[in-house]
Amino acid sequence: MEAIIEYISINQQELYIFILAIFVGVEVISKVPTVLHTPLMSGSNALSGVVIVGSIIVLGKTDPTNYLALSLGFLAVFLATLNVVGGFAVTNRMLEMFKKKPGKK
Amino acid sequence: MILQIIDICYLIAVVLFIVGIRMMSHPDSARKGNSIALAGMILAILASFLTPGLDNLALILIAMALGTLGGLYSAKTVQMTAMPQLVSFFNGMGGAAAALIGLVEYGDLPIGDVGKGVVLMSSLVIGSVSFSGSLVAMGKLQGVLKDIRINKMLGFVVLAIAVGLAAYILTSGAPQPILIYVLVVLSLLYGLMFVYPIGGADMPVVISLLNSLTGVTAATTGLLYDNKVMLMGGILVGSAGILLTLLMAKAMNRSVSNILFTSFGSASGTAATGEEGDQVAKDINTYDSSILLAYAKRVVIVPGYGLAVAQAQHAVHDLERILEEKGVEVLYGIHPVAGRMPGHMNVLLAESDVSYDKLIEMDDINEKFPNTDVVMVIGANDVVNPAANDDPLSPIYGMPILEVNRATNVIVIKRSMSSGYAGIQNALFFDPKTRMLFGDAKKVLNELVGEVKNM
Repeated sequence: MEAIIEYISINQQELYIFILAIFVGVEVISKVPTVLHTPLMSGSNALSGVVIVGSIIVLGKTDPTNYLALSLGFLAVFLATLNVVGGFAVTNRMLEMFKKKPGKK
Repeated sequence: MILQIIDICYLIAVVLFIVGIRMMSHPDSARKGNSIALAGMILAILASFLTPGLDNLALILIAMALGTLGGLYSAKTVQMTAMPQLVSFFNGMGGAAAALIGLVEYGDLPIGDVGKGVVLMSSLVIGSVSFSGSLVAMGKLQGVLKDIRINKMLGFVVLAIAVGLAAYILTSGAPQPILIYVLVVLSLLYGLMFVYPIGGADMPVVISLLNSLTGVTAATTGLLYDNKVMLMGGILVGSAGILLTLLMAKAMNRSVSNILFTSFGSASGTAATGEEGDQVAKDINTYDSSILLAYAKRVVIVPGYGLAVAQAQHAVHDLERILEEKGVEVLYGIHPVAGRMPGHMNVLLAESDVSYDKLIEMDDINEKFPNTDVVMVIGANDVVNPAANDDPLSPIYGMPILEVNRATNVIVIKRSMSSGYAGIQNALFFDPKTRMLFGDAKKVLNELVGEVKNM
């Protein structure tokens, strides 16, 4: 218990970010039309690929002789890249179709 | 100095994420929004390469090259109809990456640092759940996995054991590598049991929820490294995902807890209400249909997943054009969950150049049905099932539907009499106003175009 309270007080800043970000996330997409639900879901899915940053760091810091950790890290970077690149590409493909609509409503 | 530069890059990346998502929620700026978010991601990745003491560069680059190739290839080649599956797949990969990071970091976890331990365990558990859950969702959408009933309580027992084990690992002090793998297996199992019993019709809601879970793991991983870009980006996705989940559930008039904690389709008595026995669906040929259509004042087309499967979005647009030439007003009635994901239908129709202002959302089109001469339902089923309004026993009771039976005539294009995704019979097909036009949607529509043209 004490350890948890200590953790909270040390990481206050992170927790503030955590909580504020929740509100930002809700606020930012609160007025999205149904037509964009699928692209938006796909786009935010691509963004969740931000774990790639962590994957790069973890693989970069692994001892080059620790083969188990190396392969796990390698896999992590690969999968996260798949998430990021695939996510953005597929979102772009969906949105491309909206672009060429003739005229405005 | 280098650390400060990394921090500033991360800060800019976060701003780009927020601006990107914001722009993505408006049709005109959506594409630009996606590019801006991508720019943010590239910046974050470049900045992470500046991290001091980064080793194994060759390996990192090879893994990224492979991931880029795989991601681009699948994104470019996937059929528009299989889009939801692919999104689910990508989402699972993100979850897996987070879980793997947790697994590697566990070896370096300072003993007694409970705060970090809790964060790490969360990454590991949620990432694994998101991974296996996403793959099950993908399998179900693809039709590879069938609905089977697993007692949901059993799932919670597994989850409880996993949480208990995580607590034990944290408090026991000495790290025992084998236990952490047991924890991963339990979490994977829970993801499986969590998604498996949920009916196919509820999959969009589940994918959105899993998407937000992956966001949360990205955020917990961010906590682990004191990395603000992961923390902020992850939480953004997490909360946006939760909101999307609620919006979708609302569109289906199902509460999220209802979807997650009760089995869909358990009211199995409804399929056999007897309509099949006493009533016969009346069919119609393309010639008669074309006459109905060509002499109508207003035609409303209700597309469903069947249209997507038959790749008939271009054929339907041709029919729309030729009818408009004859002076018929043609509109599309779009149910929020038509297809497999909210907005899926809009994407498909936009692909074939159907103009925006013809796509009418549910509430607005329902007001127009009484003044509509012909409604043409193409490969849709559950979203036009009147049982949702008047059969309290039906599993879809309460879901808002397109009230097509208020129009003068209804033509249903369908391959056969089989039931829809929710697996229930549709009384609309036996309505006196309804005529069934059996056949592959694309073939039938092309025939209709020909008939109308010759008139």
